[in-house]
Amino acid sequence: MTAPTIEARKVTRVLPGEVPVTLVREADVTIQAGELVAVRGPSGSGKSSLLYLLGLLDRPTTGTILIEGRETERMDQDDLAEIRLERLGFVFQFHFLLPEFSVIKNVQIPMRRLGRLSNGDMRTRAMSLIAALGLEAERDKYPDQLSGGQRQRAAIARALANDPSIILADEPTGNLDSKNGAIVFDIFTRLAREEGRTVVTVTHDPTLAARCDREIRIVDGRVGVS
Amino acid sequence: MGVAIDIALAHLKGRKRQTAVSVAGVAMGVGFFVAVGSLMEGSQQDFISTLINAAPHITVKDEFRDPPLQPVERLYPGAAIRIDGLKPKDEIRGIRRARARVAALDARAGLDAAPTLRGQVVMRYGAKDVSATLIGIEPDRERRVSQIESDLTAGDLESLHTAANGVILGSGLVRKLGVRVGETLATTAPTGVRLLMKVVGTFHTGAVAVDSFQAYALLKKVQVLQDRPNVINEIRVKVDDIYAARSIARSIEAQFGYKTESWEEANEDLLEVLVIRNAILYSVVTAILIVAGFGIFNIISTVTFEKARDIAILKSLGFLEHDVRGIFLGQGFVVGLCGAIIGWALGFALIGVLGSIEFEIEAFTQRSGLPLYYGPFYYAVAGVLAIVSAMLAAYVPAQRASRLNPVDIIRGAA
Repeated sequence: MTAPTIEARKVTRVLPGEVPVTLVREADVTIQAGELVAVRGPSGSGKSSLLYLLGLLDRPTTGTILIEGRETERMDQDDLAEIRLERLGFVFQFHFLLPEFSVIKNVQIPMRRLGRLSNGDMRTRAMSLIAALGLEAERDKYPDQLSGGQRQRAAIARALANDPSIILADEPTGNLDSKNGAIVFDIFTRLAREEGRTVVTVTHDPTLAARCDREIRIVDGRVGVS
Repeated sequence: MGVAIDIALAHLKGRKRQTAVSVAGVAMGVGFFVAVGSLMEGSQQDFISTLINAAPHITVKDEFRDPPLQPVERLYPGAAIRIDGLKPKDEIRGIRRARARVAALDARAGLDAAPTLRGQVVMRYGAKDVSATLIGIEPDRERRVSQIESDLTAGDLESLHTAANGVILGSGLVRKLGVRVGETLATTAPTGVRLLMKVVGTFHTGAVAVDSFQAYALLKKVQVLQDRPNVINEIRVKVDDIYAARSIARSIEAQFGYKTESWEEANEDLLEVLVIRNAILYSVVTAILIVAGFGIFNIISTVTFEKARDIAILKSLGFLEHDVRGIFLGQGFVVGLCGAIIGWALGFALIGVLGSIEFEIEAFTQRSGLPLYYGPFYYAVAGVLAIVSAMLAAYVPAQRASRLNPVDIIRGAA
């Protein structure tokens, strides 16, 4: 049996300060490849914090995170960045596309940073990702010329740029209407079921959470699995 | 990394006005640095060459730096001595064994020497009495040692031989006396000897101290005037390497004992003024560049603040701290480089404007128009300074940007 794609072992994250705040308490999480997992909990429960820890954007105060069996506790910032570049894709509630670049150029940015493909190959790959997300017509437009749903799909295309095995989404539909939200979830479902990627998404929407393989419940920083 | 440069350029293009202002600031600094540098170097070179050529490189004088020791002081060097009733010796001064010494100096490689007798006189023409320094020369030797011949504006050195008592006046003296070539004036020395001298030539060196106070005549005539037959009180020396003048002068003084002054020593106060002037001017233009640097610091800081979310995204995409820092340092570099290039053009134009100004100034030297230096040195220095200071200014905000925590930013934005 292969190692779980993402694993968290007794992960605790405390925000230092005059009054330290514990965001995540002794979380144990195991996610297998190809799973579509929802992280749900009330506001302020630590679900986003847990996601950032799983995505190596934040470091645990105690405990460890493993990505595809690799221990990340002793890695430095540059090593973690490399994993994010090659194995992870992030989608946030706000699209965070770079405003000075067109859709296709935005999608290419992670590819250029990775530097493995030729210019022609990068463009081809970007175009196919854009097409898969229904954005061919918007290819050369700038973020401020797109609707909310289009921007979010462009962000997903960018997250897929380097063919990551793991997609982490933080309330991706939070800013969208129900129609666009459903479209995004369709995409996530396809990524997990048809492409075998692992998708972990934070959501407070119960109907969307119900569409996932399973749900991780978190309350006051403590994880309980349903 | 190509993508980092693209992002850097995109940031700069996205705020065209502020980028233009920063670039303009650097350009001003570079432009003025180049123009002021050209003026400083030009005027310094011009000044020094005028000073050097207006007088002999080295002058052996009939003086001693320190008064010679009394015999008793020499016998008992550590003692406390008091001597009463000392009177200065009344000698007909002059450099001892002058002829031999002139020959000895002349024989040395790289040196030419000429003997002269220098003394104060009063020249009278019409109603005007003007005091002057009359230098008695041997034209054949003198022309090898100074630029008197090329500085002549009228007449020639040979006329000193043909006229009964010929004199060549500096342009300033000519003006003060109101006299013309061919006319005669009366010259009286402190000895009381009076000669009627014919003006056979005039000269102009550009150095006011020389042009307005000096005159030349034949050595023999001046010896008569000063009642000092066969006396020489100055040996004028020309050297091939003017910057070795000081050390050569010292060696001559060690050899002969007489005070020997190089052109550097003679003009020490003026040269010191140059040093101070340069320090002030360099400080001012450097200050302009520093102020431009502050402008860059400000704009890069603002950009890193406004682009915090972009930085968070880039980090989430897997960009390293090093990449993020490079993006903002790159912006500093581009502003510095563009500012330098535009500044070069501005400096070039400013030099052109300065070069076209015409006016007469008469302070230590007299010239028309501004002396300018047209070489590449100041362009190069200004360019390097501009780029270095731009990148230094960008460094702190770039470093801060690279350290931003993406989670904090994303949390704050949601």
